[in-house]
Amino acid sequence: MTDFLWADPEPERGYDVVVIGAGGHGLATAYYLARNHGITNVAVLERGWLAGGNMARNTTIIRSNYLWDASAAIYEHSLKLWEGLSDELDYDILFSQRGVLNLAHSLPDVREGIRRVNANRLNGVDAEWLTPAEVKKLVPIINTSQELRYPVMGATFQPRAGIAKHDYVAWAYARAAHRLGVHLIQNCEVTGFLRDGDRVRGVVTSRGTIEADRVALCAAGHTSVLASELGFRLPLASHPLQALVSELLEQVLDTVVMSNAIHVYVSQAHKGELVMGAGVDAYNGYGQRGSFHVIESQMAAAVELFPIFARAHVLRTWAGIVDVSPDASPVLGLTPVENVFVNCGWGTGGFKATPGAGWVYADTIAHGRPHPLAAPFALDRFTTGALVDEHGAAAVAH
Amino acid sequence: MLSVPCPWCGPRDETEFKYGGQAHVAYPSDPAALSDAEWASYLFLRDNPKGWFAERWFHSAGCRRWFDVVRHTVTYEFAPGVTP
Amino acid sequence: MSQAFRRAAGGRIDRSRTLNFHFDGRAFEAHPGDTLSSALLAHGVRVVARGPYTGRPRGTYGIGAEEPNAFVQVDSGPGEPMVRATTLEVYDGLVARSLAGRGELSDEPDHSRYDKTWAHCDVLVVGAGPAGLAAAHAAAVTGARVILADERPEPGGELLAGRAHLDGRPAMDWVRDVHARLTGLPEVRVLTRTTVTGFYDGNFLVAVQRRTDHLGADAPAHVARQRLWHIRAARVVLATGAHERPILFPDNDRPGIMLAAAAAGYAWRYGVLPGRRAVVAGAHDGALWAAVDLFDAGVELAAVLDVRRLPEGQVHRALRDRGVAVSAGHGVVGTDADADGVLEAAWVAPVDGSPRRVPCDLVATSGGWNPAVHLYSQAGGRPLWSADHAAFVPGDPVPAVSCVGAAAGTFGLADALAEGAEAGWQAGAGTHGGGGEEPLPPATDSVADAGAPAACWLTSDLRPDTVFVDLQRDATLHDVRRAVGAGMTSSEHVKRYTTAGTAADQGRTTGVTTVGVLAGLLGLPVGAVGTTTYRPPYTPISFGLLAGRDRGRLLDPERRTPMHERHEAADAVFENVGQWKRPWYYPRPGEDLDRAVERECRAAREGVAMMDVSTLGKISLSGPDVGEFLDRIYTNRFSTLKVGQCRYGVMCLADGMVFDDGVTARIAPDRWHLTTTTGNAAAVLDWLEEWLQTEWPSLRVSATSVTDQWAAVAVVGPGSREVLRRLAPSLDVSAPAFPFLSVRDATVAGIPARVFRISFTGELSYEINVPAWHGLALWDALLAQGITPYGTETMHVLRAEKGFIVAGQDTDGTVTPHDAGLGWAVSTAKHFIGSRSLARADTARADRKRLVGLLPADPSVVLAEGAQLVVDADAPTPVPMLGHVTSSYRSAALGRSFALALVAGGLTLRGETLYAVDAGRAQPVVVTEPVFYDPEGARRDG
Repeated sequence: MTDFLWADPEPERGYDVVVIGAGGHGLATAYYLARNHGITNVAVLERGWLAGGNMARNTTIIRSNYLWDASAAIYEHSLKLWEGLSDELDYDILFSQRGVLNLAHSLPDVREGIRRVNANRLNGVDAEWLTPAEVKKLVPIINTSQELRYPVMGATFQPRAGIAKHDYVAWAYARAAHRLGVHLIQNCEVTGFLRDGDRVRGVVTSRGTIEADRVALCAAGHTSVLASELGFRLPLASHPLQALVSELLEQVLDTVVMSNAIHVYVSQAHKGELVMGAGVDAYNGYGQRGSFHVIESQMAAAVELFPIFARAHVLRTWAGIVDVSPDASPVLGLTPVENVFVNCGWGTGGFKATPGAGWVYADTIAHGRPHPLAAPFALDRFTTGALVDEHGAAAVAH
Repeated sequence: MLSVPCPWCGPRDETEFKYGGQAHVAYPSDPAALSDAEWASYLFLRDNPKGWFAERWFHSAGCRRWFDVVRHTVTYEFAPGVTP
Repeated sequence: MSQAFRRAAGGRIDRSRTLNFHFDGRAFEAHPGDTLSSALLAHGVRVVARGPYTGRPRGTYGIGAEEPNAFVQVDSGPGEPMVRATTLEVYDGLVARSLAGRGELSDEPDHSRYDKTWAHCDVLVVGAGPAGLAAAHAAAVTGARVILADERPEPGGELLAGRAHLDGRPAMDWVRDVHARLTGLPEVRVLTRTTVTGFYDGNFLVAVQRRTDHLGADAPAHVARQRLWHIRAARVVLATGAHERPILFPDNDRPGIMLAAAAAGYAWRYGVLPGRRAVVAGAHDGALWAAVDLFDAGVELAAVLDVRRLPEGQVHRALRDRGVAVSAGHGVVGTDADADGVLEAAWVAPVDGSPRRVPCDLVATSGGWNPAVHLYSQAGGRPLWSADHAAFVPGDPVPAVSCVGAAAGTFGLADALAEGAEAGWQAGAGTHGGGGEEPLPPATDSVADAGAPAACWLTSDLRPDTVFVDLQRDATLHDVRRAVGAGMTSSEHVKRYTTAGTAADQGRTTGVTTVGVLAGLLGLPVGAVGTTTYRPPYTPISFGLLAGRDRGRLLDPERRTPMHERHEAADAVFENVGQWKRPWYYPRPGEDLDRAVERECRAAREGVAMMDVSTLGKISLSGPDVGEFLDRIYTNRFSTLKVGQCRYGVMCLADGMVFDDGVTARIAPDRWHLTTTTGNAAAVLDWLEEWLQTEWPSLRVSATSVTDQWAAVAVVGPGSREVLRRLAPSLDVSAPAFPFLSVRDATVAGIPARVFRISFTGELSYEINVPAWHGLALWDALLAQGITPYGTETMHVLRAEKGFIVAGQDTDGTVTPHDAGLGWAVSTAKHFIGSRSLARADTARADRKRLVGLLPADPSVVLAEGAQLVVDADAPTPVPMLGHVTSSYRSAALGRSFALALVAGGLTLRGETLYAVDAGRAQPVVVTEPVFYDPEGARRDG
């Protein structure tokens, strides 16, 4: 018989911290609350099944090569945690540092890529600029013909980036949190809050009222809905983000390849399936499904870049719900409600941030002030204008 | 592929449209009179409900008219009675 | 090799013709109508695959889309990995081989043609079995536009076995008649070999039509191999049938173990015996009827087992008439294999009794039917557990969608026909107002059920690591138990933990069975556990088909100016700018980029040069309020612009960041001509229209794109006035008469033209706009003057020497007009979009990154665009960065390299040395003003 992973306890009357949302971030937050701060009287409340939201739906890309200092710092903190995570959690999460390529298809792409590579290196993040010939050498199946409609003109490469098995990451955190005494409570939807002036006393759930000294919102796009219950607004829009998987295929690709310009990113998972993501659907949606034309244009781009993929088959498509902020950076820190904390707005970056976000969020909750890495991601940046604009500056998504 | 009910052209494929986000976010009549927080609210804060949502679409590859609809963000269903 | 298992007659195959094919290197024969599975079974070939992890041999298990085992690699024709043998139609020359759950991608390019089509209809009927045919026919007689799609080569569905009768005639006669009638109706389209794979919002369905795959080398070259249908249907009737599910037992994966109705189907539809001596084991009447069919086909029935204990019913009498007794309360509890791993005996036992060994070469198992609720579920429906059906059936109805026949859990033929006809009639009448007479479904012999199906998932759990819950993934009962032991209670978790249901068959045969097993382990009702989510596509779709024709140069439309062919003739190297193809530079023989650009720059600075600027966005604005409107759009004022004048303008988004820039001219009191950057043309027009329509509808302004209506050439350099004087003799080109920033209508080279005296280079220059169809003539006339053409790279050098920014290169979404050195163009006397944002704490900071010039200490070094600027390149990481190089060139005019950059502190650092770091190398640079050439602006008047 296998190791026991997590229990299914009845909720208790109250907890020191209630984390709303048992996705990767919620589970990691609970784990680091217990491990780093000794706060073990913690419940993680999950509306559905544990890690069944974006954690189960993402394309598992892990990298830290973001342009701005604040982004690079938190994602690099995360990547360093990823590098020790299998040992830390005593669970092989199939973390594979196979490198991530971001392709450039135009002169502006090239400038942006070189700018980012240089910023990364000065920030201590591994990064290289590759010529088309170097791209071809690294990934022989890429079509680097200059006859392409949008030929490959180079690429940024982060060797330490890679992929991991998303479910295992969630289960590893769940098991570790459970072992430290955290309650993981599934099928428990938060429907309201118990207010006490500027504070909350607890949460109202589909399984009764649960008191809490501190409440940590951690529900991706649904965080908007929770915030509106609490009487404040968040600068978020929830959109479908589609992904798909092929049948199992003999290994042809051992690097993660991303192309923002033509909206495709792909890796070949450990078992052999091609895992691919598309662009974000334009409209707001919580439906966990998107529009078919998005998949079609993604496949056209994929076949153009990788002619060898033409015969592969799409086995299954799905969508996550990405909570996108105006500057494509997260909102992480305090809220207008004194003992309520927020972690959301990760857009397409949530999975790769899992350990780092959990670490920083737990510290923020434990001390009641933003962790230094979280400070640039405070809610008030939208008032001052001090955005961390990964959208505008770098157009780097996913 | 949503079928977006353009009040001028009838239902058309989503690919003919641009999405415009939340409807009824009026441009402040005197932005200079607003506090930074009020201005930020206009710029960045939007409702993000799970349910019915009044939103804007632009029939960019059709009649090029902006219009408001009410759509459900879970079922993606458009409420009937779209008016220009 | 002989077809030893082929029956003497029968089946929907054409025995008059023989096809040759190869499987795993051996030669075989087949007949038109055969699938690879039926043809291999005809030869007694049992092993068609291996388990991906166990390596255990696996055989054909089903007969259609539900197949979990028989996935093969096709090496002939265009080639394809992971093709389902049960639906792969044999063609002459087919070459295929077995796989172990994992396909191979060929290095050979796929030259097949794939196309796409779009259709609208009143009623889409999915599935041309009895219920679907009845529905399509009933819908069609109302006059509705009907599409009937079916994945098989011909209509009939379950009737294809040929055993049923309608109105006293063979049911296939009825199928043929209805099909003929449907194809004869003008508003009906029958699509065979067409699988509806996805049901999307707004009754938008996607279908894959396989047009030539069955033809092999006979495929006509002009017919696309596959076609992707996009169908918008007012109503949808789902007659998708049902998938048979097995009963699990130890060693349930051996070749020779099949689904019961599939086994009978091979016997009757293909005239192939799936075995000679069978054990049939079931939990519902259908399994017993399959036994009847197998017996009648000539299969010896070694045992017929039913986990239920029922009073004698019609099916029992049918079996007794054939001398076969049903062992009630019995099931299979294990199997034995021969040396090749192929089935040679089954162990059968009563419930809790001791097993006996029954030699056999076929175990036909059937635990019941799972309605194919995939499309219903994708449409938003929620399947519910029905104890009566022992299956998940469609729950609440979905608007404009009906499920009929087996897909709705209606398994009797008469009931399915009636249900189909009613749903088709309703759908047709609902969309088309009725008409015609409601057709009566044909009469069928009634078959009384002996008893309700039992929800039986497994008949033995001994040796759970050999009880396979997913054959293609090698997932077992043991794995499910481990998942439950780990604390998992959700079917989604168990699916992820065991991988059951994630293979190419997506668990069509055993998905529900796994749920049943899980429910048993958890002690919960099956309905409380629920299925995992059904996602599109229903069956796999090739990437190539999804890409369709959008490959190669057709990936994205290519926009070309009217002068494009001249640029090609001049051997221009092109740059993609958005969708446009723009000349990047015009190398002469022996020239590289640097050499060509140096020559082109000299021509512009010292003589005369010209550039095709037709790609610039051009928007015609008209109405009395344009001036007021532009005052709100641009940071600077336009309402004061006089007719015949031009002005440079910058526009911001509401967040105060630079969006676009360009020159706008006032052509007449109420007519204006606005230009945008090439890449932003569409976005700017959308932006203008958004404000006009949604915020300021009272402004009387209309905006129209005229980008494609005008071709434009910039004629640049000290010699440009002389050129214009020659080509436009009636135009007074003297500086006082045609001053900088003015516009004149003129005839240039005999062509009606609008000439702007503007300059993006600092030199005297004119932009000559002519109607697009005269663009080529204008270009030729200018070429005849011996003018040097230049491309975008030279344009960049020339404008950067003057410190002119390119929006999107020297700015990004974080740069205000002040940051970009455009503060002079920002009015403080009026409001404009974005003005409020410029007063925020962060945007008003003095130490923001601002545009500066850089001179590398080594004048021969051209900095990398994207190099980061630091004070101390040797500082430990993270090294503080002050900004980055946005534009960098070698200047012929300056005789050295130079750059533009955004730097925190901007010109307060003037004269200081920074380091530009690229690829780990630091170059010292001195911060300067961003205007390098002709700072006093003496040259623009020539």
